[in-house]
Amino acid sequence: MNASSLKVNLANVREGGIIVVNSSGFGAKNLRLANYDENPLENDSLSNYQLYDIDMVKRVSEELADLNLSHKAVSRSKNLFALGVTYWLFDRSLEPTKKWLKEKFGNKELVYQANLRALTAGWEYALKSVKFKRQYKIHKAKLEKGAYRNITGNHAVALGLVTAAKKADLPLFLGSYPITPATEILHYLSGYKKYGVKHLQAEDEIAGISSAIGAAFSGYLACTTTSGPGLSLKVESIGLAIMLELPLVIVNVQRAGPSTGLPTKPEQSDLLMAMYGRHGEAPLPIVAADSASDCFNMTIEAARLALKYMTPVILLSDGYIAQGTNPWKIPSLDDIPDLSTNFVTDPEIFAPYKRDPVTLARMWAVPGTEGLEHRIGGLEKEDITGLVSHDPMNHQKMIEYRATKIANIVNDIPHARVEGEFSGDLLIIGWGGTYGAITDAFEKLRGEGKKLSYVHLKHLNPLPGNLGHILKRFKRVLIPELNSGQLKMMLQAKFLREFIGLNKITGLPLKAFEIEDKVLELLSERGKK
Amino acid sequence: MNTHLDVIIQKPHTGSAETTAKDFKAPIDVRWCAGCGGFAILSQVQKILPDLDIPKEKIVFISGIGCSSRFPYYMDVYVMHTMHGRALAVASGVKISRPDLSVWIATGDGDCMSIGGNHLIHTARRNVNINVIMFNNEIYSLTKGQYSPTSRPGLKTKSSPLGVLDDPFDPITLALGAGAPFVARAYDRDIKTMRFLFERANQHNGFSFVEVYTNCVIFNDGAFDEYTLKGNREENSVFLDHGKPLLFSNGTKGIKLDGFKPVVVSLEDGNHSIDDLLVHDETDSTLAFILSNMSFNLDLPRPHGVFQSIERPSYDAKVEAQIIEESKKPGANDIDALLKGDDYWEIG
Repeated sequence: MNASSLKVNLANVREGGIIVVNSSGFGAKNLRLANYDENPLENDSLSNYQLYDIDMVKRVSEELADLNLSHKAVSRSKNLFALGVTYWLFDRSLEPTKKWLKEKFGNKELVYQANLRALTAGWEYALKSVKFKRQYKIHKAKLEKGAYRNITGNHAVALGLVTAAKKADLPLFLGSYPITPATEILHYLSGYKKYGVKHLQAEDEIAGISSAIGAAFSGYLACTTTSGPGLSLKVESIGLAIMLELPLVIVNVQRAGPSTGLPTKPEQSDLLMAMYGRHGEAPLPIVAADSASDCFNMTIEAARLALKYMTPVILLSDGYIAQGTNPWKIPSLDDIPDLSTNFVTDPEIFAPYKRDPVTLARMWAVPGTEGLEHRIGGLEKEDITGLVSHDPMNHQKMIEYRATKIANIVNDIPHARVEGEFSGDLLIIGWGGTYGAITDAFEKLRGEGKKLSYVHLKHLNPLPGNLGHILKRFKRVLIPELNSGQLKMMLQAKFLREFIGLNKITGLPLKAFEIEDKVLELLSERGKK
Repeated sequence: MNTHLDVIIQKPHTGSAETTAKDFKAPIDVRWCAGCGGFAILSQVQKILPDLDIPKEKIVFISGIGCSSRFPYYMDVYVMHTMHGRALAVASGVKISRPDLSVWIATGDGDCMSIGGNHLIHTARRNVNINVIMFNNEIYSLTKGQYSPTSRPGLKTKSSPLGVLDDPFDPITLALGAGAPFVARAYDRDIKTMRFLFERANQHNGFSFVEVYTNCVIFNDGAFDEYTLKGNREENSVFLDHGKPLLFSNGTKGIKLDGFKPVVVSLEDGNHSIDDLLVHDETDSTLAFILSNMSFNLDLPRPHGVFQSIERPSYDAKVEAQIIEESKKPGANDIDALLKGDDYWEIG
């Protein structure tokens, strides 16, 4: 729309890509503000792109002349003109936007008319102009039968928590403190009293998780939601929840750090903190959602693990999928697995740290249960009795119990699935919110006949049990991440081999072409040898 | 929304209704130093619990870290020993999620006034219905003798070898300022009054804060002798008795208000009678502030008893009321409808 936005966004366009430009935003003042010495529309600096330059202000002024609007108001509708052009370019219907304009500006007839006409004019202009030689058709996605809605990752987490509580037959409690980009989860859940949800907007991040621990002790499905700086503040409390062996869902919507960092920008840089960021040896399960709608599934998975294994679980989302949307096939409650757990009520069988022989989960005895009064706390507990114990051998035993309990979850999570070749030269391993970009690149390259394979991880601790076997079948492994190589470090330590990183730490989401370029580079290296 | 937790919440008590202090004693040796003020607090709490008519399984004690925070381990009820400073935050989660429980906190001046100060002021203003017993010994004792936020200026401790430079909090003034509706002060050596104040804290519907002057025999011995030792107590402290004039020194002296300023008057010099004295009113929050500020004036006797007791709806009760109200609305508890939302489309 002007020279500055061209300068900022040019890096996002591949060579040969389409740039639609509003040339009225390239006056002397615009050029000076954007630090252009000469007009990029008038030299050959953009010759490698498909450039469509249109004086959009002039076009809308002509189109809306009879409405007698101020120049400012007319100029404001140029965005809708640009949208109309874009809709023609990609053969999209104007109807949903027309409907939206009616809803938005229906009671301001003049504004509504101006926007509606600007939108239509853009579409008509592209249709008639000789500049536009090519129209792109995007075929309908092949989706399963069913009801769909668009959903953001944060909304999906909120719905996932309510659903998990229902399937666990437990009430839900959220203890939280507002933080970008996780706050919407608090917004949604605070409005769900109709569904029995209790929440506390606490005085700080620590009180957020501490109150959730209190609710877990009381027999609730308890959760806390936050982003990086908040996770830092919750660290001691997570350690307590591990010691108490109480179920707790911790949702961390990752943003670019360190410190305040780039609060609105995504990153995958809290993986090592989720994994190791506590004093003492304090393992917990970590799961990650791969898209906005997958936040629903992984929230339920986090709740399942928390309740079954009596442990805090960290769900990693990120600012990109938390605030972005994708179509979500709406499940019915009957499709969701049963998560019900039992409170122990029989004093004959109860001991605070007696464990289930299979899961190693301790018993959950909640206040109000006659005869099961007991004491738990952050001091090391004696095996079975839960009494405070400073016995050296007991400490080692309890450390090992807590570690084994989490490690054994490997038997209760799905195997990793390899897309593409069963074995071969190059495997891509992704995790979390980069799934969409990697999948796009992967499918394009496979479509071009490239031999390639792809595994996307949603369980980060423990890792899927078959991952070691998969790795053995590939000569090289590429790990794209929005960090400096955190999953890479974890896998290198576990499997004692080298991995190739594709590490982007710009605060921007990963793009398909960046993965494509890297894969092509790796494939051509192999070709040369 | 009904869940299987309701079965536990609603289950009536089936065991004996009669309990004694012994029933609340955990089978664990108390590990405080001989002579610690904590023993008196523990035994008075154990003594009042049988009289409160609350089934044992409905009582929860929560603590943070410190000498005082070991307290819950000695109680045979539902107990959580948590993190330094965080007892109030954990307890808020317990009480908001389970208003059917009687929730108590044992804390100290370091745990509650320093690292947990934020939780104190917010839990007080929010008025969560929990009972806080704060052992004030004006010292960090578990870490072996550093000054605390209530230590007096000039006190020589391991971390203030040349004397404390900080000005202290007065816990009562802080609690009142933060909006705590029930605020009281007890002395570890005055067990009868202490028991009375714990019972009052329990009766009060809302956030209740009881400061207990607690002697630390090892690191700050005698810090409160001036007020709490028999003999000194009569002379240097004044008991706040609702509806009664502020009398001390065996009825020979009293407190009268000179404007907003409390002053000591003699009832023996012929210049004042009992009718001139300030009459205590627990429901008057202006008066509560005036009385709490007496602690900053060393020429005045130290007040103890109930400074303030006012009733306003507790946070946990308000949450419960909102939930009940919302559950009457159309679509309440219909999770399938929530998942579907208003804006969906079908692919056939």
